[in-house]
Amino acid sequence: MNGETLDAEAIYAALRDAIAAALAAAGDRAPHLIGIHSGGAWVAQRLHADLALATPLGTLSSAFHRDDYGRRGLPAEMKATELPFEIAGADILLVDDILYTGRTVRAALNELFDYGRPARVELAVLLDRGGRELPIEARYCGKVHPLPADRAFVLSRDAGSRFALRIE
Amino acid sequence: MRHPQLNADGKLQHLLTIEGLPRETIHHILDTAASFVGVSDREVKKVPLLRGKSVFNLFFENSTRTRTTFEIAAKRLSADVLNLNINTSSAAKGESLLDTVDNLSAMHADMFVVRHAASGAPFLIAEHLNRIRGPHVNVINAGDGRHAHPTQGLLDMYTIRHFKKDFTQLRVAVIGDIMHSRVARSGIHALTTLGVPEVRAIGPLTLLPPGLEQMGVRVFTDMREGLRDVDVIMMLRLQSERMRGALLPSAQEYYKHYGLTEEKLALARPDAIVMHPGPMNRGVEIDSSVADGAQSVILDQVTFGIAVRMAVMTILASN
Repeated sequence: MNGETLDAEAIYAALRDAIAAALAAAGDRAPHLIGIHSGGAWVAQRLHADLALATPLGTLSSAFHRDDYGRRGLPAEMKATELPFEIAGADILLVDDILYTGRTVRAALNELFDYGRPARVELAVLLDRGGRELPIEARYCGKVHPLPADRAFVLSRDAGSRFALRIE
Repeated sequence: MRHPQLNADGKLQHLLTIEGLPRETIHHILDTAASFVGVSDREVKKVPLLRGKSVFNLFFENSTRTRTTFEIAAKRLSADVLNLNINTSSAAKGESLLDTVDNLSAMHADMFVVRHAASGAPFLIAEHLNRIRGPHVNVINAGDGRHAHPTQGLLDMYTIRHFKKDFTQLRVAVIGDIMHSRVARSGIHALTTLGVPEVRAIGPLTLLPPGLEQMGVRVFTDMREGLRDVDVIMMLRLQSERMRGALLPSAQEYYKHYGLTEEKLALARPDAIVMHPGPMNRGVEIDSSVADGAQSVILDQVTFGIAVRMAVMTILASN
């Protein structure tokens, strides 16, 4: 299993198409995309371009609200939260690469609410690996692929922003 | 023997001095501070990194500004903060320094921010706490005697990096009472560690300590000469008690030779920034028109100081 790769581009296309279909059905205002650093921000960047969204793109760091801060500290390289639009009253589509325990999403929601009270927040993830420890589920998901706790998915992207997914 | 501010893993447990800190550690603190600058602009100006921790501000010497910025920093990190002005309490009743610390430690303080008129007092407290409490308590030196004021030094470096980006092309002048200044000492250590190629010390001979040249500092007694082509001007506060001794004739005389006026500022590079740790003596070391002028970044220093102190507290607590 170690070193195994998944077809990340196909998984991404499935996620993109699911969101596009939902947006077409809803028809009204487009949501604001916010990517969680760092893999989620990559996915959000591509979705924002491919779906030709007119709303500005945001990025968000969950580091300030992580519940394992006492054990792990802050990451060596802190990425800043950048939300170039009003959060209060906004429709938000939060984007991450891998959904696992749900703790990152919990921390990201806390970070988001420090900037205001959104009207609605939904979650889109490239891949759901199971193993949830919190009551959090994604509205949009490219693929469900359960993985044991001692393994990890590693998302990377090349110069042309194409994704690759590897199991380690 | 390892430095008392490092833990068994070689990480910062206390911040007592900038002297000896590696360049990467200083940059890590400044990078972390950068991520905290935006917290003050949020609707909720608080992050929960020190939630449930108690920070004791232990000030044996008065300082409204430094104490306030540490207090704001700790509160923005969601810590509980207690302010103790010791000169007005137990010490006046004869309690020893370490007895005071023992008592506060028994109240389960997680972090001490210490200012003391005696050089080395924060070291003494840190070593004592290492013995009685182990590695889970942190001490930050908020200024000890003439020795060090590391968070001021770091916020000065943050300010310089913010406006000048790269340290390795700069000429920096530190001006005034360098002999008695812990701000100057911490600043000079940080500047040389960060690779500033030319650090200048400018002041009257009576206020310049020996050994500056050995630290790689160029010494000037003529301010006009020393200011030529500098990128950064770090003014120091002239403490009024220096006037009473034999070191200086008068405030007017000092202002004439070492006060930063617009006319003298014009000798520096046109994009030079003017810094001052505060509180300022307008008309003694700096003219009001310069302090409030376009090149002054004095109030930016105050704002950045909060983010830098948040970064130091966060890093110490997580190491």
